[in-house]
Amino acid sequence: MTAPISKQDVAHVARLARLSLTDEELDQFTGQLGAVLDHARDVEALDTAGVPPTAHPLPIRNVYREDELEPALDRDEVLAQAPSVEDHKFRVPRILGEAP
Amino acid sequence: MTGPGHLRSAVDIAAAVRKGEISAAEVLERHLARVGAGESGVHAFNLVLTDEARRQAAAIDAAVAAGKDPGPLAGVPIALKDNLCTRGIPTTCSSRILEGWKPPYDATVVERLAAAGAVAIGKTNLDEFAMGSSTENSAFGPTRNPHDLERVPGGSSGGSAAAVAAGFAPVALGSDTGGSVRQPAALCGVVGVKPTYGLVSRYGLIAFASSLDQIGPFARTVEDAAAVLDAISGPDRRDSTSLREPPPLASERLKTGVDGLRIGVVSELAGAEGISPDVVARTREAAEALSAAGAKVEEVSVPAAMYGLSAYYLIAPAEASSNLARYDGVRYGLRVEGGPGADVTEMYLRTRSAGFGAEVKRRIMLGTYALSAGYYDAYYGKAQQVRTLIIRDFETAYRDFDILLGPTAPGTAFPLGAKTSDPLAMYLNDVCTIPSNLAGHPAMSVPFGTGDDGLPIGVQVLAPALGETTMFQVAAALEGAAPPLAEPGITEEAVR
Repeated sequence: MTAPISKQDVAHVARLARLSLTDEELDQFTGQLGAVLDHARDVEALDTAGVPPTAHPLPIRNVYREDELEPALDRDEVLAQAPSVEDHKFRVPRILGEAP
Repeated sequence: MTGPGHLRSAVDIAAAVRKGEISAAEVLERHLARVGAGESGVHAFNLVLTDEARRQAAAIDAAVAAGKDPGPLAGVPIALKDNLCTRGIPTTCSSRILEGWKPPYDATVVERLAAAGAVAIGKTNLDEFAMGSSTENSAFGPTRNPHDLERVPGGSSGGSAAAVAAGFAPVALGSDTGGSVRQPAALCGVVGVKPTYGLVSRYGLIAFASSLDQIGPFARTVEDAAAVLDAISGPDRRDSTSLREPPPLASERLKTGVDGLRIGVVSELAGAEGISPDVVARTREAAEALSAAGAKVEEVSVPAAMYGLSAYYLIAPAEASSNLARYDGVRYGLRVEGGPGADVTEMYLRTRSAGFGAEVKRRIMLGTYALSAGYYDAYYGKAQQVRTLIIRDFETAYRDFDILLGPTAPGTAFPLGAKTSDPLAMYLNDVCTIPSNLAGHPAMSVPFGTGDDGLPIGVQVLAPALGETTMFQVAAALEGAAPPLAEPGITEEAVR
């Protein structure tokens, strides 16, 4: 049996998923996720020894095309949808190191 | 041509427009008048495309005047779930994180509908990112059921189902990941179809759970649903999961009857705990009607179907947590900056925490947890094995039966707010529809009578992969045997 999900687990998972939670949200989500995971335990009783997993209903293959130039999305049209743009590029806050 | 303009079938409208008996413009105006009369109570739409639709309708009429055939859906107004990309037209997924975003391209289904002559009349409300069973998880407020405005329309394509039920459009598109077309169709008393996985291109459908999502039509008649499905299905090189083979024709055998077909009533679905006695009774009556029409009807067990819900609520959130990682405030939609000197991680945290609603956060965390080290095998891996067991059980059943029959939803439409604080109770609404998504098989809901509360009940017709032709054949027979469903009250008031 897997252990019930703890508040620490939920806080950790939220951080991994880039979500910040208030203490109230943390309590609420811990209870709700616990209930869903508890319900999911009915599959633990199923004998799945030797059963291959199905990740997808279709056999997926690579799709190839000829290496030819084709029209792409218009750069300005795409950048027009971005919240912050500079010099034809997406602008983001500092990622590494100290601000200059 | 008789009856109110907004209640004519899509097939009827297209025939009249192609012959020049009625203009696409007039058809559109009649439906826009319906929207004007009823939309404030129902809230089916996030956006009504009045100007764009008038331009499209005028183009159809110009084609007819020039002696050209505008296509099999000429002049048919269609409502589009607001998770289908429409070039230059806001597409929100009913989420704050995409508010104001205008896609730079059309979804393949949107292109195909335009090519068939259909007129997009609006973008419909949904549970945020198609996550939910009641359309209450929309950042823009809930949609209401046209049969009773105090009740939910079902979800997540509740806006599309309500639009068709209310007479705002004869047909609509939704997307079905765990039942999001069939379940609201049942609760709103309309036809709803989830096609075989890969039959309809997902290009331009904003992804929720990629191995389960499939676009499908809503309609008031089985024939209309078939006409829309035939217009949008078929290979698309822009979707690597699009089936390569020519699609089965949904409209091929609508008048053939069911004589000699072998139909299995799924005992687990018809008798499951939590399924209301009314729903079980209507399912039994539907089976008897098919038997009376010449089908060989028997009970059949699909044991693994009952484990579908558990597997689904591990697999779908796992895929969602990955698909929704793209909403980071960099390329489109909402951005919430951190304070001075804040780094990019701070921006991600603030943007995603402000942009996503509670249900989306819940599923992202559930999926992240199911995929995380130490839990992967116990949850995600096990769920994928259960998926195999479900497929095997269906394969066994389809050796003896052409079609399976069961309920669509466990009950009729429930009051707004009744299940919002209990996610598990909400998730249980999808128990009957989920197995087909996990297997990639087609299934559809057909209205069949009402509950003791007078609200619509849907019966579900399930078929093996690419079994659409037979599925629609059985659905048409069921439709013919179903007791007539009263028009939503809102329609009567608004017509006057």
